[in-house]
Amino acid sequence: MLIIECPYCGQRDESEFSYGGEAHNARPLEPDTVTDQQWADYVFCRANPKGLHREMWNHSAGCRRWFNAVRDTVTYKFKCVYKIGDPQPSLEQIEGPQ
Amino acid sequence: MSKYSIFSLARNAISHHENWERAWRSPTPKKRYDAIIVGGGGHGLASAYYLAKEHGMRNIAVLEKGWIGGGNTGRNTTIVRSNYLWDEAAQLYEKSMKLWEGLSQDLNYNVMFSQRGVYNLGHTLQDMRDIQRRVNANRLNGVDGEVVYAAELAKRIPHLNCSPDSRYPVLGASFQPRGGTARHDAVAWGFARAADALGVDIIQNCEVTGFVRENGEIKGVETSQGYIQSPKVGVVTAGSSSVLAAMAGLRLPIESHPLQAFVSEPIKPVLDTVVMSNAVHGYISQSDKGDLVVGAGIDSYNGYGQRGSFTTIEHTMTAIMELFPIFRRVRMNRQWGGIVDTCPDACPIISKTDIKGLYFNCGWGTGGFKATPGSGWVFAHTMANDQPHELNAAFALERFISGALIDEHGAAGVAH
Repeated sequence: MLIIECPYCGQRDESEFSYGGEAHNARPLEPDTVTDQQWADYVFCRANPKGLHREMWNHSAGCRRWFNAVRDTVTYKFKCVYKIGDPQPSLEQIEGPQ
Repeated sequence: MSKYSIFSLARNAISHHENWERAWRSPTPKKRYDAIIVGGGGHGLASAYYLAKEHGMRNIAVLEKGWIGGGNTGRNTTIVRSNYLWDEAAQLYEKSMKLWEGLSQDLNYNVMFSQRGVYNLGHTLQDMRDIQRRVNANRLNGVDGEVVYAAELAKRIPHLNCSPDSRYPVLGASFQPRGGTARHDAVAWGFARAADALGVDIIQNCEVTGFVRENGEIKGVETSQGYIQSPKVGVVTAGSSSVLAAMAGLRLPIESHPLQAFVSEPIKPVLDTVVMSNAVHGYISQSDKGDLVVGAGIDSYNGYGQRGSFTTIEHTMTAIMELFPIFRRVRMNRQWGGIVDTCPDACPIISKTDIKGLYFNCGWGTGGFKATPGSGWVFAHTMANDQPHELNAAFALERFISGALIDEHGAAGVAH
């Protein structure tokens, strides 16, 4: 069981959370100018990295709020969590002394 | 390579089975091949085998990072069926089913293909409507199937809980009599042995670390055993497809998730068919050894760790106990995870890419094992002719741009 830290509620069991997929996948600002290829990239394609992954989680059986997390997809270890709208932590902040 | 037969068995029995020859060679890589398959799982080995057998290519290598069949090929729950809803998918999986039906003879290797039938349960009125629709669609596509209702189901599978009082009562099922199971390791070994006999070099412990390109064409691959030239490279790496794609500068509509499976301690014969339920989310069969083989849904988060979470294990066991209360006290012996490459429409990608000579066969997600021979067969055709076969033309990467998706979430055994 993963222990996930909700930035609003603190540490809770994994079973209280829902996964929301890759974070920071911004919808194109001017949809009329976007090609089919660019739509496909936004709607379907994902980085799916082996290693650090910025992703969205929802504390669905708790405060029901969305937040972002950086997690290692090999060890499954959460490196950090941050609120929606907060600046993305840099690699140095993630991997630096904890 | 000597042929396996009753005579070779008798001959080797006389020498106490100490002189069986190795099933495949362990060659050092050549400098150049006509085609390279990256990934020595079932699909990759099948691709190499059919390239050699159907398309006369002999100078082929299969490059495997670990050992053959050590990934999802050896980690699945061995279920084989072809009862998919849409024409494109049904025809692709049915091609595979037809190949399964002659595979042991074709490979001269017993893959223990057992057509014990597969039931997909329905628990709600909508489930049953979907099942009726799917069975009708299957029959129109020449795929066998029938709708079975609870009273009949209770007779056919005596231990299945068909009580109307259960939390999610079983109302019926679709049944594919030609479905069943096969021995997954034997599939990898059989394809490896047969491919090797046709001259294919199977190179294990050889990790691909990069693709070499010139003017938009593939020239070869960098590996942990050095540079190997080839004008055609087929990537068949399941859960690691996005990692390989990134090496070639491509982005795929794929996410990798852990999918777990379990086997119990061996028990006496109790279940002679395969039972799957999308609604309560579990599937189960009994292996020839007697252990119950159990699987369920993927872990929701992206993962490459070949293990999943305890909540998913609990969820799976809850579902199995709901369906088969008799298994309540059976102990699970082993549990493991594989990394499945899920696609947004639950259908595979068997495709050329923008890079000439680079092909991808991936996105099989949670249901790739059943497709092993068919996948290899169409991918070999695609690579040999630089053109998809009509069976896999619809499964190109372009469908995510055109929007012509093949939505098989309903017929896929596992929700994702």
